[in-house]
Amino acid sequence: MLVFWLAVWQLVAQAVGQQIVLASPVEVVGRLAELVRTTGFWTTAGHSLLRIGAGFAIGALVAVCLAAVAAAMPLVAALLAPLISTVRATPVVSFIILVILVTGTGRLALVISALMVVPVVYTNTLEGIAHRDTALLEMATVYRVPRLRRVRAIDVPAVLPFVVAGCETGVGLAWKSGIAAEVIGLPTGSIGERMYQAKIFLSTPDLFAWTLVVVALSVAFERLVRLGLTAAQRRWGGAA
Amino acid sequence: MSGTGGIGLRGVTRRFGEHVVLDGLDLSLTPGGVTALMGPNGSGKTTVARLLLGLDRPDGGAVEGLDGRPRSAVFQEDRLCPQLSAVDNVRLVLGRGADRGAVLEALAAVGLDDATVHAPVRELSGGQRRRVAIVRAVLADAELVVLDEPFTGLDQAVKPVTMAWVRDRCAGRTVLLVTHDEREAAWFEARVVHLEGSVGSVSAARG
Repeated sequence: MLVFWLAVWQLVAQAVGQQIVLASPVEVVGRLAELVRTTGFWTTAGHSLLRIGAGFAIGALVAVCLAAVAAAMPLVAALLAPLISTVRATPVVSFIILVILVTGTGRLALVISALMVVPVVYTNTLEGIAHRDTALLEMATVYRVPRLRRVRAIDVPAVLPFVVAGCETGVGLAWKSGIAAEVIGLPTGSIGERMYQAKIFLSTPDLFAWTLVVVALSVAFERLVRLGLTAAQRRWGGAA
Repeated sequence: MSGTGGIGLRGVTRRFGEHVVLDGLDLSLTPGGVTALMGPNGSGKTTVARLLLGLDRPDGGAVEGLDGRPRSAVFQEDRLCPQLSAVDNVRLVLGRGADRGAVLEALAAVGLDDATVHAPVRELSGGQRRRVAIVRAVLADAELVVLDEPFTGLDQAVKPVTMAWVRDRCAGRTVLLVTHDEREAAWFEARVVHLEGSVGSVSAARG
């Protein structure tokens, strides 16, 4: 399938015949090969990977903690509900501009990635908590199972699949919003900055090459997260 | 009845919507002995068990003698953590210093072999899970043991052994045995209480 679409891309690029409008896959791969050989490529890729990865991790962690508190305290849940809905509904560019004004561009991708991950992981975690097995919770009440043991034996296995589902959705969101933030905020040394420069210099092969890098990093990061979550499910969630 | 007195229900009424399940029920459990609760489906046996376990509250009357008393139960369902082994399910409810050897010994006593007790309980048969739930209730440090149809699903090869083990290990403890089987009540030398209520009618107890 991939070969088919690459062939279509190559044919369309040849038909258009203008690199500035549509670079061919051969040109893009050639440019990517040049970029990979420069040290700047790796520091740029590392810059974005670090910030978006950290943003995802912080967002997911904050979301799980907030959901745990909200599940225990209905008032907190009621207070958070409009906030989460607002974050979910507000266009990401509004947050990007706001964060640039408040904190500058240094941590822009991190903050935006985290912000986009929070609603989806929060909602999923809260749903997981609501779906815990009440029969097991009653059993724990009767036997006065200590809180920590109850969390490990009953709560975590019930909630973990919901957290995993939220994280799987959140990873993609973190990358899309993080790169968008970099393109708008232009933090020095980021992939977004390089994509913006490609646009300024009308270098379509560069734009496509960096887009490929983003896709590759996003997929690799998503697989890494999935591996970690699968291991966590095996360890604490009782996945077979 | 106080925290040091007998355990029981005094004038307890429990409704679910318009459905009166218990209506002014008086019930005293035999201290240090077995009280068998019998009656037709819907007569409120499980409701009584849930009230005594503190999982439900009466609409009228009082549940007495429970203050601070540790309880254990075999519920109608096994209520085991599916990802944990039989050993870990039992140890989950025991104190921090629970003796693993004692747990293994107890599981072996009801016919669960070494390979079975270390596998996740979701991989066990219904009868095996039932025995794990029974061992958990009996080994727990409880003054009141509630057994709600505990031997349902056990085949004839393991049922007598399991019943004998439960009777021995529960000696001297206050036990409520919910059952449909008079032979089980007789085996435990239980004081039998019949709940004769049905949907919407008055429940009565007699010893």
